[in-house]
Amino acid sequence: MAGVLGGLPDSVLQFAYLIASVLFIQGLRDMTHPRTATRGNGISALGMFIAVAVTVLWFEILSPLVLAAALLVGGGIGAWLAVTVETTEMPQLVGLFNGFGGGASALVAGAELVDLTATGSGLPVGVTATAAIAGIIGSVTFWGSLVAAGKLHGLVGGSPVSSNVGHVIKAVCLVAALAGGVALVVQPGFAGGDLVPSYWFLIVAASVLGIFLVVPIGGADMPVVIALLNSYSGLAAATTGFVLNNTVLIVAGTLVGASGLILTVIMCESMNRSLTNVLFGGLGGDDEMA
Amino acid sequence: MTFVQNLTLFVLAAFVGYEIITKIPTNLHTPLMSGANAISGITLLGSVVVAGSGSTTLATALGFVAVVMATVNVVGGYLVSHFMLDQFSQRGK
Repeated sequence: MAGVLGGLPDSVLQFAYLIASVLFIQGLRDMTHPRTATRGNGISALGMFIAVAVTVLWFEILSPLVLAAALLVGGGIGAWLAVTVETTEMPQLVGLFNGFGGGASALVAGAELVDLTATGSGLPVGVTATAAIAGIIGSVTFWGSLVAAGKLHGLVGGSPVSSNVGHVIKAVCLVAALAGGVALVVQPGFAGGDLVPSYWFLIVAASVLGIFLVVPIGGADMPVVIALLNSYSGLAAATTGFVLNNTVLIVAGTLVGASGLILTVIMCESMNRSLTNVLFGGLGGDDEMA
Repeated sequence: MTFVQNLTLFVLAAFVGYEIITKIPTNLHTPLMSGANAISGITLLGSVVVAGSGSTTLATALGFVAVVMATVNVVGGYLVSHFMLDQFSQRGK
């Protein structure tokens, strides 16, 4: 059974995605000016509503109850957190939300891999390679954002630490995650019910990497770190778009990836920090030893 | 859609994202970051497709968790951005 709108030609779906993409671009642009910022946020939200509504109505939904329950639970939690948060705690909440987005991207790529092997349709290189990238970036974003939010909230130690052991752990995790990605591409596994172990290995390695990337960075730099991780979660969404062949995922994800990176640079400049310092944690940062 | 067509979209969107962020007043940094963060919740679409079409229990379960997380990101992200901007406009008066 196809979705409610599934009988319409594919171009209708693509056209709705185009409208959503334009609304995202206009919304982001409006948010850079004080007078239009609130309107921009609304325009972007409208784009999101259109994209989600069309997707829900278009695609074949085998379990509508499960989907409705997930949307209600997620929407309820998000709204409750946003409404009850104290003004001073908003930055860490943004960090938390951002982590959830990155984590969702990693899970989607994993679910798609599991689904493709289960149906025996095989895993083309384009899918496994982009899934590996989405998995790595998504996991780093999820755990990195949780640590960043925890630091801002005072749950994780806020002082910067620099240790050689930390650098070794980061290097080992990065190599392990990339090795998992290569293994996934080279030997994707086609057996029915295959759980794609190399993907989950990659997720674990990237998760540890995400934690150790942010732990050494001082609490004062956390807003910049969250801005950078926001750019990452955009990239994770874009690569998920490659996995699923979804145009609006690619456009919106890339928009956030690029604009988030520029915003990170601008935030660094206004705080008199260098981006390399934030990017590589304590690596070359004498001034972080304060 | 072929891979190259997707790549075309990726490259062009990267240029657009690069160009639309120009001079921003400092007090808009955090709301803009929050608003962009809400847009990155677009991954919700992927979650919806996977959760809805999952042919195995595991794929559906992973999709379910992904939909919950992405919806938290989208709904919470837009609301928090709105509240932040609300406060700035009140402070300005």
